[in-house]
Amino acid sequence: MRASRSSNIWRNVDWITIGLFVALMLFGWMNIYGASYTFDQSSIFDFSNRAGKQFAWMMGAVALGTILLLIDYKTYDVLAYIAYGAIVLVLLATPLLAHNIKGSMSWITIGPVNLQPAEFAKCIVALAIAKYMGRYEYKLRTWRDLIVPFAIIGVPMLIIMVWERETGSALVFIAFLLAFYRQGMSGYVLWVVVAAVALFITSIRWGDLALPLGTGSVGILSCMLILTVVEIYFICKEHRMRYQALILIGSVIGIYGISLLINIWKPMPFNWISMGVVVLLVLYNIGISFYWRKYKLLIVAAFTLFCIGYTHACKHVFSHVLQPHQRIRIEVLLGMKEDPNGAGYNVNQARIAIGSGRFFGKGYLNGTQTKLQFVPEQDTDFIFCTVGEEWGFVGSVGVLLLYLFFILRLITIAERQRNASTRIYAYIVASIFLFHLMVNVGMVLGVLPVIGIPLPFFSYGGSSLWGFTLLLFILLRLDAARVEQLR
Amino acid sequence: MINDPHYRRRYVISGIAIVIVVTYIIRLFYLQVIDQSTADQADNNALVRQTIYPSRGLIYDRNGELLVFNQPIYDVTMILRDMSKPFDTLSFCRCLNISREEYETRMADMKDTKKNKGFSTWTPQVFMNQLKKEDVAALQEALYMFPGIHIRKRTLRDYTYDAAAHVLGSVGEVNQNDIDRDDYYARGDYSGRDGLEYTYEKQLRGEKGVQVLMRDSRGRLQGSYQEGRLDQPAKAGTDMQVTIDIKLQMLAEELLHNKMGSAVAIEPKTGEILALVSNPAWNPKVLVGKERGANYSRLLNDPSQPLYNRATQATYPPGSTFKTIQALVCLDQGAITPNTLYPCSGPQSTPIKCTHHHGSPVAFDRAIEQSCNPYFWCAFRDLLQKDGYGKDNKDFKHRYELWRNAVMEFGLGQKFSDTDLSEQSSGKVPTSKEYDKTYGPVGWKAITIRSLSIGQGEILVTPLQLANQAAAIANEGYYITPHLNKNDSMLTHRHDIAIQKKYFKEVKNGMMRVMQYGTGRHYAIDSLHMAGKTGTAQNPHGNDHAIFIGFAPAEDPQIAVAVVVENAGFGATWAAPVACLMMEQYLNGDIKRKEMRKQYREKEPPHASVKKQ
Repeated sequence: MRASRSSNIWRNVDWITIGLFVALMLFGWMNIYGASYTFDQSSIFDFSNRAGKQFAWMMGAVALGTILLLIDYKTYDVLAYIAYGAIVLVLLATPLLAHNIKGSMSWITIGPVNLQPAEFAKCIVALAIAKYMGRYEYKLRTWRDLIVPFAIIGVPMLIIMVWERETGSALVFIAFLLAFYRQGMSGYVLWVVVAAVALFITSIRWGDLALPLGTGSVGILSCMLILTVVEIYFICKEHRMRYQALILIGSVIGIYGISLLINIWKPMPFNWISMGVVVLLVLYNIGISFYWRKYKLLIVAAFTLFCIGYTHACKHVFSHVLQPHQRIRIEVLLGMKEDPNGAGYNVNQARIAIGSGRFFGKGYLNGTQTKLQFVPEQDTDFIFCTVGEEWGFVGSVGVLLLYLFFILRLITIAERQRNASTRIYAYIVASIFLFHLMVNVGMVLGVLPVIGIPLPFFSYGGSSLWGFTLLLFILLRLDAARVEQLR
Repeated sequence: MINDPHYRRRYVISGIAIVIVVTYIIRLFYLQVIDQSTADQADNNALVRQTIYPSRGLIYDRNGELLVFNQPIYDVTMILRDMSKPFDTLSFCRCLNISREEYETRMADMKDTKKNKGFSTWTPQVFMNQLKKEDVAALQEALYMFPGIHIRKRTLRDYTYDAAAHVLGSVGEVNQNDIDRDDYYARGDYSGRDGLEYTYEKQLRGEKGVQVLMRDSRGRLQGSYQEGRLDQPAKAGTDMQVTIDIKLQMLAEELLHNKMGSAVAIEPKTGEILALVSNPAWNPKVLVGKERGANYSRLLNDPSQPLYNRATQATYPPGSTFKTIQALVCLDQGAITPNTLYPCSGPQSTPIKCTHHHGSPVAFDRAIEQSCNPYFWCAFRDLLQKDGYGKDNKDFKHRYELWRNAVMEFGLGQKFSDTDLSEQSSGKVPTSKEYDKTYGPVGWKAITIRSLSIGQGEILVTPLQLANQAAAIANEGYYITPHLNKNDSMLTHRHDIAIQKKYFKEVKNGMMRVMQYGTGRHYAIDSLHMAGKTGTAQNPHGNDHAIFIGFAPAEDPQIAVAVVVENAGFGATWAAPVACLMMEQYLNGDIKRKEMRKQYREKEPPHASVKKQ
């Protein structure tokens, strides 16, 4: 019986995913060798350099994966909450034991290796969420059903962000929203995230840019116009109003028109006018909500009011709450600051490295930016530079497509689950990989601010490699069990 | 999951993943295919082009004796970024044996972007240059203590003999003019500044090479780029052989060392310059390296003008040596025949007195032998007045111009345009127009310009022209442009003189008599069949210049010489011995007359310092 189960595992496990995993890991390893390559370089297996160490981590990852596949699938479900409790304690304890590495208190040293518990937290939190939301009696119907899952995510997220000061690892938990969305969470939540980012960027980037007419700033006015449009959209959608929409739009345009007219004689405070328009709409919204007894719309009203405050708070958060290096990274990204030798150095050198690779790349181990260490952190967070420089457009696109295929494969695996818990877990795994890919490559390509999170299987580092291995192979084990459960 | 109401959301999530990846592919396409700027930026980051300096061509004399070669020198450079902080200034100064103040000024100069335009903290900057091996030895030993400090090897000129400074010239740092004119040069490069080094600069300098090196983000050099595929090796300069015979050159320099003057020897058949001496000169080793600047200005300010190449630039009246040409032109233009006799009244002669004692009337060969002034005045007068004066002296002037053209055929009154001698004067054979200007169009006659008959007056020649004139007589009617490059035969640069050969034989005969019975007899060696002519050129500024031209052996001349000793007196006593010893040296390979050589060497002209203000 024991033998037959173990043979079942090897038959039922998803070899395509394992193949992609191995391919990404090997290619990443080659690039780590390239990125840490110097002129008196010895072998790729030399344990004294990073490629050699990574090889050891990789062997460990393969062993870990094998063990994870051999463990009874029920174990993960059984241990989920216990592990969750344990990891919360470990995360809490970490800063007490940690050395300060680049301002982050998230690394603990065990013997010769540095470990980052936050990398393993993702997997454990995912299992806990999967267990909670996968219960037969759990149904995601209203926002109340999300309170517990949000708490499960929020606790470690807050610890990592505030207590360990490791913003990057904390932000990864945002990825869980995608899995919630799949389970039925309102799509508006995703839009709220998008809106929050958009309002933040608009108010920061153009907050100090004076309007050409009257007084006020382009940033605030733009934000208010966005909110005006959102309000009108929801009012009209919820109440199935057609001609009222025209009246609303007409009145808004009227107010702005009159203001512009008055502006000829007297400069008008457009910040306040635009805010007044939004407030009037919110009041109208509240009024008809009570009239029609459709209280759902109150959420929109509340959200809009929140956004008014948020828009004004952004500036404050940006200049007082964010740490200086984070602020500068964002300013550089938004093109508010040119700083090619300071904060912008990394991004600029990364751009040069990737760009100079041209279509076919400079050839393996021939990248000058890479070999001569112009891009700091090139074997960890900025590993994608090496791909871009040495393998060119062809290689970079190849890697991105490999990741896309990998993520789509995980979604396919998720969708074939009969067990809701496994499906939720699979979606969380896919979302985490997608988030890492998006943030890491986006940062290297200069379209997202510099947030230090690794590129899965590529970046040098044992914690991240083992963390991702853990995530993936637990999923593969659960997926393989789908056949066993049938019997 | 048929009853899953959110089933379609898988496509939304997949779509998000696809949109992200596609966005990034577009961004990559922009960065890697459209935006062209980054490739250059990467090269600027990583590549350092280092110049490899070629070794300059060597210079040999006509017998293969090495004259000029290269010595290694060392520059101390620093890459400020790599230097340790704090920098141990004290031991560094001690290694280089400089004071703290000198260190500070050098650092300030190095960092001053006005003085040092290419200043960068990333690349090697010259801190001290042109140091001798012994000066950097201590630093070399201690180099490990000073990261960022490097010692760079270059080469400077060095010389086997302290001789031929004017011929060889010198090498110095290029100036802004050179850089603007020729983009081969960069700041700090060396080029030939004068002499052969200047003339043959392109051949001697070779071609600089380049080594493309990579440097890392901290500016440290990390070896060659693409296994040196872009590197270009330096091409060493081409060696050259000069026509100078260094032994002959050194003999002449030795003999003239305490005199002002010059000596030029030419091989008549080839126009090759065997020796070109101008004294005072300098030791070529002093215009090399660090001391060049100071030494150069010292030489420049020296009242005896050592930098001035008297052999090619100084002009003198040729004096009696001109009688050889005068005789040839008068014979050829029919004023006299080899049998013509003229009376001579010795010191009582008018309008020009004779300084020698001989019988009267005097014959052509005796006239040359005894350098009889009245004879050549009469011949010159008869030549100019051959057709009478004519209307407005037209016929006279015509004759004068014919005479002048004939004289110019010997290379007088003009620079040698097709030669490799860089500094020359043209000398002067006055035109009739110049006399018109001075005396009015009809205000001058043969008697007015009588001084020309004996090589005085307005006529001026350089020692080089004198030697060339001797060579032309030796060749009996032609000369090859005198030159210094032995590798390049100049036989096609032959200048024929339209005077019949038989007249040359007559003049040669006269010149041989000079060495047998005349003014040159005291220093001649009979077995060498020398021919010559002395001259004592009057000089309004001081004592007479002693001049001698000659060649030997007369039948098959191997060497033609001209010697000028300024303000010394008689050509026979001051110039002839130098020329005779030079001919002996060149033809016999050795000087037997050691006593004469010693005596002459120690002899100083009576008022040698007259011109020295």
